[in-house]
Amino acid sequence: MLKQTEGSKAVAEAVALCRPEVICAYPISPQTHIVEALGEMVKAGKLTPCEFINVESEFAAMSVAIGSSAAGARSYTATASQGLLFMVEAVYNAAGLGLPIVMTVANRAIGAPINIWNDHSDALSQRDSGWMQLFAETNQEAVDLHIQAFRLAEELSMPIMVCMDGFILTHAFERVDIPSQAQVDSYLPPFDPRQVLDPAEPVSIGAMVGPEAFMEVKYLAHAKQLQALEMIPQLATEFKQTFGRDSGGLIRTYCAEDAETMIVAMGSVLGTIKDTVDEMRAEGHKIGVLGIISYRPFPLAQVRAALAGCKRFVVLEKSLAVGMGGIVATDVRMAVTGSGLKGFTAIAGLGGRSITKASLHKLFRQVEKEELQPVTFVDLDWTAVNKQLERERQIRRSGPIAENILYDKGIVSAKFG
Amino acid sequence: MSFQPVKFYQTGTFTVGNRLLAPDERSVQASSSRSNSISSGHRACQGCGEALGARYAIDAAMAESNGQLIAANATGCLEVFSTPYPESSWQVAWIHSLFGNAPAVATGIAAAMKVKGRNDVRVVAQGGDGGTTDIGFGCLSGMFERNDDVLYICYDNQAYMNTGVQRSSATPPAARTATTMAVGDHPGNVFGQGKNVPEIAMAHRIPYVATATVADLRDLEYKVRRAMQVRGARYIQIFVPCPLGWGTASHDTIRMARLAKETGFFPVFEAEYGDVSSVLKIRRKVPIEEYLQPQKRFAHLFGKHGHPEMVARLQTIADRNIRKYGLLDGEGN
Amino acid sequence: MFQIRVHGRGGQGVVTATEMLSVAAFAEGRHAQAFPSFGSERTGAPVVAFCRIDDKEIRLREPIMQPDALIIQDPTLLHQVDVFAGFKPDGYVLLNTRHSFAELGLGDILKQHRSERFCTLHATELGLKHVGRPIPNVPLLAGFAALSGLIKLESVIKAINEKFSGKVAEGNIAAATEAYTQVLNQMKEHVHA
Repeated sequence: MLKQTEGSKAVAEAVALCRPEVICAYPISPQTHIVEALGEMVKAGKLTPCEFINVESEFAAMSVAIGSSAAGARSYTATASQGLLFMVEAVYNAAGLGLPIVMTVANRAIGAPINIWNDHSDALSQRDSGWMQLFAETNQEAVDLHIQAFRLAEELSMPIMVCMDGFILTHAFERVDIPSQAQVDSYLPPFDPRQVLDPAEPVSIGAMVGPEAFMEVKYLAHAKQLQALEMIPQLATEFKQTFGRDSGGLIRTYCAEDAETMIVAMGSVLGTIKDTVDEMRAEGHKIGVLGIISYRPFPLAQVRAALAGCKRFVVLEKSLAVGMGGIVATDVRMAVTGSGLKGFTAIAGLGGRSITKASLHKLFRQVEKEELQPVTFVDLDWTAVNKQLERERQIRRSGPIAENILYDKGIVSAKFG
Repeated sequence: MSFQPVKFYQTGTFTVGNRLLAPDERSVQASSSRSNSISSGHRACQGCGEALGARYAIDAAMAESNGQLIAANATGCLEVFSTPYPESSWQVAWIHSLFGNAPAVATGIAAAMKVKGRNDVRVVAQGGDGGTTDIGFGCLSGMFERNDDVLYICYDNQAYMNTGVQRSSATPPAARTATTMAVGDHPGNVFGQGKNVPEIAMAHRIPYVATATVADLRDLEYKVRRAMQVRGARYIQIFVPCPLGWGTASHDTIRMARLAKETGFFPVFEAEYGDVSSVLKIRRKVPIEEYLQPQKRFAHLFGKHGHPEMVARLQTIADRNIRKYGLLDGEGN
Repeated sequence: MFQIRVHGRGGQGVVTATEMLSVAAFAEGRHAQAFPSFGSERTGAPVVAFCRIDDKEIRLREPIMQPDALIIQDPTLLHQVDVFAGFKPDGYVLLNTRHSFAELGLGDILKQHRSERFCTLHATELGLKHVGRPIPNVPLLAGFAALSGLIKLESVIKAINEKFSGKVAEGNIAAATEAYTQVLNQMKEHVHA
C-alpha cells in the first residue's frame, strides 16, 4: 500500500511485517523513531508475539539479541555511530557465532568531534566484522532491503546490517509502498535455526577455539559471504517476483552503457548524483553511475564488469580512512586491479555536510578532465584548515581543534545546507 | 544404661545428612539421577572452589526446573576450564558470549523462551566476580531493573583469576594480587569502601538475593532451589576460594570458605524484595587472623614486617557485618 | 519540480508543516519529499525545513538552495537569517505577521520580485483562535495553498485529518479554512491595487 510517511516509520512497518520475535534497542539519534514505532506496535498488541526490551546500552542490545537469536528467536535491533562502536565486541561475537541478527544502522558520523549527522563511517568501521552490509538508496529500498535481509541472514546463518543514511533517509517524508503481510509471509518463512539452545538437545555454543581450528572457522565465515554474493541477486529476483519491483541486488548502474566517466557511490547521494548525471548527459557528457548496494560481501567481479567499459571513475564516498584516503575507494581499486583504469577518490559529506548538485557538477567535470588529485575533499574550507595549521605552527598551546574551527567560521546558525 | 547424646554438629552435610535422611531430604548431589550438568574431565585446578560451587548450583537448578535449563556463561575461569578445545564438560544447553554481557545474553534467552511460550524453560547466567561486579555490572543492573526472569550466579573468588590474579572491585582490602602488590607503605589492595553487589542487588528490590559459600553446600543447594521457585530477577553470590589465587592449600578450600563465614567476613544471608529475610548464624566465632593466616595473599600482614593495624581494620569489617546482619545469636536483626 | 522552504523557530511546527505539505501533495497523487535541516533541536532556535513536489520520483537530496516558495513562520528571523538566499525571482512568499512587508523593512525585496506573489497572514492569531495554541504552521499551509494554487485546500484538510483527530483536527480545519479565505482575499486586493 502506498503511503507518504517518514523513512523510520516505513522501516519499522517493514520490520514488523517480518515477524520479529525479540526486539531490543537503546536509543540513539537518528534511529530513535524506528524503535519507538516498533515499541508502540508491540505495546498496542499490533505486533505479536514479540518481546520488546528496553536495554541499558547498545552493548546490552546486541548481547540480548545474541541470547535470543541463539535461543531460536528472530531478533532485531538498530543503532548508529557511537552506539555501534559501543557494541563492537558483541558485533564481532554475533558474527563469529553465526547468529542471523538483523540490525538497522542509521548511518551517522563517529566522534570526536561529536556529530549527529550522516556519513558512512559507522557502518564501514565494522566492514571486517563478518556482518553483511547492504546500503539503501531510498526509503523504499530501505523497506525492501530489511525484508530481504531477514531471509538472507537466516539462510546463511550470518548477521546483517541494513544501512540507511541518518536524517537524510530516516527523517525524510516520502512515498513508500509498504507490502502486505501475506506478501512478506510468502517471501520470508519462519526462522529455522542451524543451531539452537534447547534443553532437549543441549549444545555448548561459544567455546574457545585454538590455533588448531580458528583459521578454519574464520574461513567458513568468509565462505559464507562468498555464498552471499550468489544469494543476494537470487533473493532480489525473487523479491521482484513477489513484490513487483527491483530492489536490492549487489550493484545498480545508471546511464552506464557508453559512459566514459563513471561515478561510484553508495546510499542516498546516488539520487543527487543521478539528477546531476541527467543534466550532464543532456549536454552530451558521456557519464554514468555505479551504485553499490551490497558493500559486504563486496561484489568485486560485478564492480569490475561495471567499470570495464569506462576510461576513468571517481569513488564519491562519505567515509575517510584517516591518513590514507578512501575506504570504499580501496575496495573498488581492488576490484579493478590490473585494468589500467584511472581512479579518483572524492571524500564528501562527512559529518552531514550537504553534497550539492552544484558541487557535483564541478567535481564530475574535473574527473572527466582528469584534473584532480588522487584524493579530493569536496567543498573543503581550505582557508579554515590552513588557518588552523598555521595556528599550530605558531603556538604550542593551540587549543582544541574543533573549537578553533568553529570559532573561525563564526556563528553558523544562519547557514543551512 | 545411660546414653551419651551424640550431637551431629555437621548436620546437613554430605556425609551425615544423606544416609540418615529421608530420600526427599537428601541433597541433589546425593541423587543418582542428578544432571551432572558440568561433568568430569574439566580442567579446573585442584581444589577449585568455583568448580565445586558450579556443580552444586547448576545441578540444583536443573533439579528444580526438571532439566529445562539454559545457561549463559561469562568469560572467566569457569568458561575456560569447562570448555577446553575441542571438548565441553557441559551437559546442559550452554552459551558463552562475552566477558561483560552474560546478564544481557540471559535476558535475550529468557525473552526468546517467553515469546515462544516455553514457560517451562528457565535461564541461569553465571560469571566470576570480575565479570559480575566490574565489566558486567551495567548489564547486571539492567537485567535487575527490568526484573527479567533470570537467575544470576556470581562465583566470587575476589579477583580476576583466569588472567593471572588481578584485582577486581570484589577484592578484599589488603589482599595481594598482581595489580595490588604487597609492597610499599600500604601493601595489598586499598581499604576502599568496597562494592557490595548483594546489597546493590537488594537496592534493585528484586525478588530474591542470597549469598552462600561452598562450605555449606546443602545451604547452597537450598538457595538455588529457592531461587528457581521464584520468577523475575534473582541473584546469588557464592563465595568460592581459589587456592591458586589466594595461596591456600588445595585441600583447604571448604575450610577457608567456612572460616570466611565464621569470622563474619563473608555474611551469608537471604533477602527478598530488598529486605534481609534470613541469615546463617555464626556457629563459633573466630578471629579474623584464623581466616587470613592460611592465605599467602595476606602473608604480608604478619610476621616481622607485618601490619597488625591492617589486620585490626579487617577485623572491624567482620565485626560490622556481624552487627549489621545479626550473624551471632543475641545480635540484632 | 517545485521547491518550498519553510523558516521558523523550534516549537512552531516547521517540520510538521513540511510533512503535512508532502502528505497533501501525495493526496493529489504527486510525489513529494519533506525533510528538516537537522540542526540540534531546541525550542526557539532557528529551524529550516524543506519540501519538494514533483510529478515523478524525486531523487535530489540536497537542501533547497533555490526555493520557488518561502513560508516564513517567524518574522523575527527576517534580519537574523538570510531567508531569501537563492530565492527565485518569481517565487511565492507567505509571511506570518500582522504587519506589512514595508513595515518590516522588506519593501525593497518586494520591488525586486513579483509582489502579487507576496502575502502576509496573521497565522499565529488564527492558531490561537481556532486551536487555542499559537502555532502558525497549519494556517500558513492553507494560506500557501491559496497563494500558489499548488495544492487544494481539501488536500490540506486531508493532511490535517491524518495528523490530528477530534477537536484538534476540527480546530485546525477551521483555522486552515479561514487562512485560505484570507489569503485569497489578499490576492484579490493585489489585483485591484
